[in-house]
Amino acid sequence: MSKQRVVVVGGGLAGLASTMKLAELDVEVDLISLTPVKRSHSVCAQGGINSCNDQTRQLGDNEWKHFDDTVYGGDFLNHQPPVKEMAYWAPKVIDLMDRLGVPFNRTGEGFLDRRRFGGTLYKRTAFAGATTGQQLLYALDEQVRRKEAEGKVRKFEFWDFLGPIQDENGRCRGVVAQDMVSMEIRAFPADAVVVATGGCGLVYGRSTMSVFCTGSAASRCFQAGAKYANGEFIQVHPTAIPGSDKLRLMSESARGEGGRVWVPRKPHDTRSPRDIPASDRYYFLEERYPEYGNLVPRDIATREIFDICVNDGLSVDPERMCVYLDLTHIPKAELDRKLGGILEIYEKFQGVDPRFEPMRIFPAVHYSMGGLWADYVKSADGGLEAGAPKNHMTNIQGLYAIGECDYHYHGANRLGANSLLSCIFTGLFTGPSIVNYIESQSGGHADIEPAMLNGAVAKQQERHDGLLKGNPNSDENPYLIHQELGDIMTRAATVVRRNDQLTDAIAKVNELHERAMKVNLSDTGSWSNQNVIFAKSVQDMFPIAKSILGGALNRDECRGAHFKPAFQKPSLTEEAPAARRKQAEQWCDAFEKNNEKYLKSTIAEYDNATMQPKLSYEEVDTSLQPPRPRLYGLVGADIIEEVWKERADAKAKAKKEQLSAT
Amino acid sequence: MIALDPATNRPKFINVRVKRQDGPGQEPYWQLFKIDYEPELNVITILQRIAALSKTSDGKAVTPVVWDCGCLEEVCGSCTMQINGRVRQSCSALVDQLLKDNPDEIVLEPMSKFPVLRDLMVDRKRLFKALEKVKAWVPVDSYYDMGPGERQLRAAQEQNYPLSQCMSCGCCVDSCPQYTKIELQRRSGESDEAFAKREAEAFDKAFIGPHAISQAMLFNNHPTGKAIAGERMEALTGPGGIQACGNAQNCVSVCPKEIPLTTSIARAGRAATVYTIKKWFEK
Repeated sequence: MSKQRVVVVGGGLAGLASTMKLAELDVEVDLISLTPVKRSHSVCAQGGINSCNDQTRQLGDNEWKHFDDTVYGGDFLNHQPPVKEMAYWAPKVIDLMDRLGVPFNRTGEGFLDRRRFGGTLYKRTAFAGATTGQQLLYALDEQVRRKEAEGKVRKFEFWDFLGPIQDENGRCRGVVAQDMVSMEIRAFPADAVVVATGGCGLVYGRSTMSVFCTGSAASRCFQAGAKYANGEFIQVHPTAIPGSDKLRLMSESARGEGGRVWVPRKPHDTRSPRDIPASDRYYFLEERYPEYGNLVPRDIATREIFDICVNDGLSVDPERMCVYLDLTHIPKAELDRKLGGILEIYEKFQGVDPRFEPMRIFPAVHYSMGGLWADYVKSADGGLEAGAPKNHMTNIQGLYAIGECDYHYHGANRLGANSLLSCIFTGLFTGPSIVNYIESQSGGHADIEPAMLNGAVAKQQERHDGLLKGNPNSDENPYLIHQELGDIMTRAATVVRRNDQLTDAIAKVNELHERAMKVNLSDTGSWSNQNVIFAKSVQDMFPIAKSILGGALNRDECRGAHFKPAFQKPSLTEEAPAARRKQAEQWCDAFEKNNEKYLKSTIAEYDNATMQPKLSYEEVDTSLQPPRPRLYGLVGADIIEEVWKERADAKAKAKKEQLSAT
Repeated sequence: MIALDPATNRPKFINVRVKRQDGPGQEPYWQLFKIDYEPELNVITILQRIAALSKTSDGKAVTPVVWDCGCLEEVCGSCTMQINGRVRQSCSALVDQLLKDNPDEIVLEPMSKFPVLRDLMVDRKRLFKALEKVKAWVPVDSYYDMGPGERQLRAAQEQNYPLSQCMSCGCCVDSCPQYTKIELQRRSGESDEAFAKREAEAFDKAFIGPHAISQAMLFNNHPTGKAIAGERMEALTGPGGIQACGNAQNCVSVCPKEIPLTTSIARAGRAATVYTIKKWFEK
């Protein structure tokens, strides 16, 4: 029998981790990426990677608490077994990356240094300066190069994934991809396919993501029948540097190392920030969230910054909304050692040295918590069953989704420094599952009918040729359509969402989609034609955009990154103890009722005939840790928490009694 | 801030001259584009505007300029090109600063040491081949959980981290007089594999480049990476190795990450001497 062969699409952290693990398991891997893998978007991750560690353990931390912080931070929309497995793997993942040579920052004694990140009270985050993603990616890139030199991996860089190849039973038997230089379209037969193609930030025009994070690869799977889940959960990062081509990330580690967010108390104070005394500065995160301070979870920090600029009118700059992120109180040597990389970015692009002058930052679209729906098998201890073929398999048999383009792990809001972890973890963990799946199948990549492969290529060739032929009566330009789409999405589906705006955006996006299908290209050549590749990716942004908007419109609640003020749960207003207690009871009733209706994953299936996603809802596995209200900063949080705890205890007691009775 | 002073010297237009080439081995030609001035643009935005416009300054419809880009924050290395004659990333090339130096025009050309695929897009696989040649990796036994790596002092981390920031952009080799362009034409009937093999042989004989020497030093300074230090020195002392360096020191002055490349080269030079003498004694 010929060796097992897997196609991995995408060469970021998840794709590379998957490739090297599969190669270690003696699988032949074809790695397809539209950029040299060393240039993948993972390089942009700055802050670090989380795990509980020897130091935090002695302060009471453990893997379970990392799991709990993750699901609490994610507003309980995360399926819990995968999250639990990830949290328990986290220390092992960091050990491996350490062995692979990642230059993590060290303590004076030579141990890995750690810093604090948002949504936790422990210093769990290991880091390599402020370029942790780059450093982790390079370590994996090096290992994949090593496997390539050994002949176990073939890389296809500057190849665009066009879609999965499915047989008559719907099983995935390979992929079709296009050489972005010669424009050749070719079939890659395989026993299984792993999609690790990251997020979809470009649907919003400008974001913190790299130019190739268009979501088109996930969309091509979606259009082929894969389910897309929780699309409406898009993380807007609180701190980015606004720019005309890109919104550049300013890492959460800036706050993890002591950075403070503030605005002048007086609107549009014209004094230089250094001349504004402490009494005239409004450290609004610290004042409003005394426990977490500047390190509240991202969704909350984002909303507060947005609110202070939009509703309170306290933006630092009257022309362009922004607040100060201030590091100037920290010694320069320490800043250079721990944050050098990101401070250089600010200095290079803004021409101001953030060591001496506070940075001006504003929120930006940053991460897709949602993505391709994928399965898993729960183990007896509540984690994942190692080696089960279904782990991370989409509803298309033999097609796996890992990394940012899957929908597990981060629920309604991702905690900082958990994404690098989820990418590497899923890449490593799924290796044995894929091998076991392939072993269970009869008929491998060598037995695929040439007619099936040729048919799949012909279909893509037809689309390609059709675009080159163009639409003589149309002057639609893919670049301008992309800008329009980005504007609509940014206005309707980022920090604050309103149903009238969403309904309006859906109508506009539908119309724009029709126009996008009629683009006329300025380059109709057949050599390195970026115009046609971009046009295809723009067209493929629409199914994702529609799922984001549809999911957001249907979800009449606030959960994590999805914030609809019309459905916000109010703070407590009663002052008298009894009345306040009663109000808290009502609050908890409303919370439970809301969870019954909305604590569900949004599942989209794409209907190619109507060009619309069909939405349905899936129960979330919260069997390990019952959902509880997320109360950061709410007035009356203490009493709500008390009521909630009594209810949870009563439930647990009833369950226990029931168990002992049977 | 870096934007030009609004009162005095903000131009209405930006003239952008681009050296274009339709494919490998074809004749390059120049085109001039005119873009409306806006404050705080970079060369990426300029190229995006050109793509959306697809018209030269005299109104002639042309194809969009082809170029490579990725992160747009100078950590991926994709968008390297020659801007006003200097090799650098186009994302961090800020238009206001470029106009201060040369108000008349911005000149964009492809990198000079790599075969042009089209316009500003070049084929840089030779950079990555060099990393393979020096085995720039830690030869771990497996990817199973075997506990943490060796403890390392902060000083070692602080020596290695800057070298590890190399993003394989190619600025160092583009400015290196000893690094010459290798551009092979495919022979008629030559298979992909045969062509790749012929190309790899040509790369192998030519100068490996400062980036790869620096990576060899990085891994030779790692507790486990050291295990194959001899194999790396073998590559560095062979054809195209360290002896090809002419000490022009251009590499270190153009490196966008300010990696101490000449320090790495000096270390490699000393290590090569020791390695060669030792090898001679062990004969």
